[in-house]
Amino acid sequence: MNKERATIDVLFQQEFSKMVAVISRQFGLEHIETAEDIVGDTFLTAAENWAEKGIPENPAAWLYVVAKQKTLAMFRRGTTWQEKVLPAVKAGLETEEPETDLDFSAQNIQDSQLRMIFAICNPAIASESQIGLALRILCGFGIDEIAAAFLTNKETINKRLFRAKEKLRTENIRMELPPEHLLDARLDNVLHIIYLLFNEGYYSRTQDAILQKDLCLEAMRLGLLLTAFPVTAQPRTFALIALMCFHASRFEARESAADTLVLYDEQDENLWDRELIRQGMHFLGLSATGNTLSSYHLEARIAFLHCRKEDTPEKWLEILAMYNELLIINYSPSAALNRTFALYKAHGADIALVEAEKLQLTENHFYWMLLGELTRHSDPAKAATHYQQAYDLAKTAAEKEGILRVRRSLHLG
Amino acid sequence: MKDFALLFRQASYDHLQLPEAEQAALVKKWQDWLGGIAAQGKLVSPPTRLIPNQGRVLKPGGVVTDGPFVEIRERLGGLTVIRAEDLDEATTLAHGCPAIEVGGSVEIRPVMG
Repeated sequence: MNKERATIDVLFQQEFSKMVAVISRQFGLEHIETAEDIVGDTFLTAAENWAEKGIPENPAAWLYVVAKQKTLAMFRRGTTWQEKVLPAVKAGLETEEPETDLDFSAQNIQDSQLRMIFAICNPAIASESQIGLALRILCGFGIDEIAAAFLTNKETINKRLFRAKEKLRTENIRMELPPEHLLDARLDNVLHIIYLLFNEGYYSRTQDAILQKDLCLEAMRLGLLLTAFPVTAQPRTFALIALMCFHASRFEARESAADTLVLYDEQDENLWDRELIRQGMHFLGLSATGNTLSSYHLEARIAFLHCRKEDTPEKWLEILAMYNELLIINYSPSAALNRTFALYKAHGADIALVEAEKLQLTENHFYWMLLGELTRHSDPAKAATHYQQAYDLAKTAAEKEGILRVRRSLHLG
Repeated sequence: MKDFALLFRQASYDHLQLPEAEQAALVKKWQDWLGGIAAQGKLVSPPTRLIPNQGRVLKPGGVVTDGPFVEIRERLGGLTVIRAEDLDEATTLAHGCPAIEVGGSVEIRPVMG
């Protein structure tokens, strides 16, 4: 791969979403596909031009100028624009001549991106489509990358994106911030999508480590974007960013995406990213204001405690308390399993086993791994059968390998 | 699965005057118990806690009396809604409620629906 190509790939990921947001804001979200075409076309021109003349001194500015020209050309030439866009744009404006000059100032880029986030993270769109659309429009991912992230094919993703964009039109979703009385609920939706994006990367179904990391970094970038605006820089926004920092700090230490729960103990803490932990603590501090305790606050605090390697009962008592609170406001099977694991670390296997058996998450391989861990000293033979159940239910080769490793360490009589 | 309201009653709420460490221990007891129910996915809504010694009672004829409801031996301290197969399972889940340890009670009532 030559230098121009590599530069363009990096720029595409950085600039695609900005440019689509600015153009869509100017001409309306119903023309988002045209905006994507203009930006895609701009990058094609850049590839041709730069291969010949070399990379310009300020590549982003170069892209903006070309995108402006292409927008203008399309505006003058295209029948679609004459017949559809122009009347629509005119109808929305007082003046006769619609503004066709695009504003690529840093401020307008950021404003447009924020509006785009709210437009896409709209409860009218099905959640799986929202994530796909967010990856495409907010993160500049290619269709093949999105397909890889979802372990599906390009055709499925294209269909999903098509339906999501159709929804943008039929629901008449506009590129604007929600009205004040809806802002809280809508921000919850935005944060939830960012959380899902991050998890899609962190607990990824794909084995592609670069793609996993990209997903996580993009989710963090979107979170940080929200901190630039007073209306979205809320305590729970900071809590979510803190949570992502703490998780991401362990990226290198994980043997695979399957390593969660019980395998925490085995991680090499030297691989933890200290800088990200420090960042996480900074954002955790910023989140500690106001009266609402969101699930992100609790999860961030738990993730922070996991960044401390010492295995004291006090630490596990606190983690247990956090999981109790988390479950009381927001049940999930993984929180239930982790709570029981914390109970075991804080109060011992006997107490935890009684509680674990009540969970009855018999379809979940982590449930059987937990039961295996809880019985490994009192009844190794039984633990072996639990691990067998976990092995049968595990979906990936990496997970199966991890389970075998744990099982081999049993002291069978 | 059906919904059941658990109503917590206690004769005294003196624990609110306890030293901080003892209060924290009490909070932990409640959380451990509720967390155990929530971990089974059987907590319908987070508990509502009532402030003791405050409030009013409205009676027929527009008669309003202030708390602290001395005529009631066990005062309502809070409530929560859980989900269970039947009244027996709901009662099993209610076991371990810290109110009982201090001589209080839990009333288990099916919710209409």
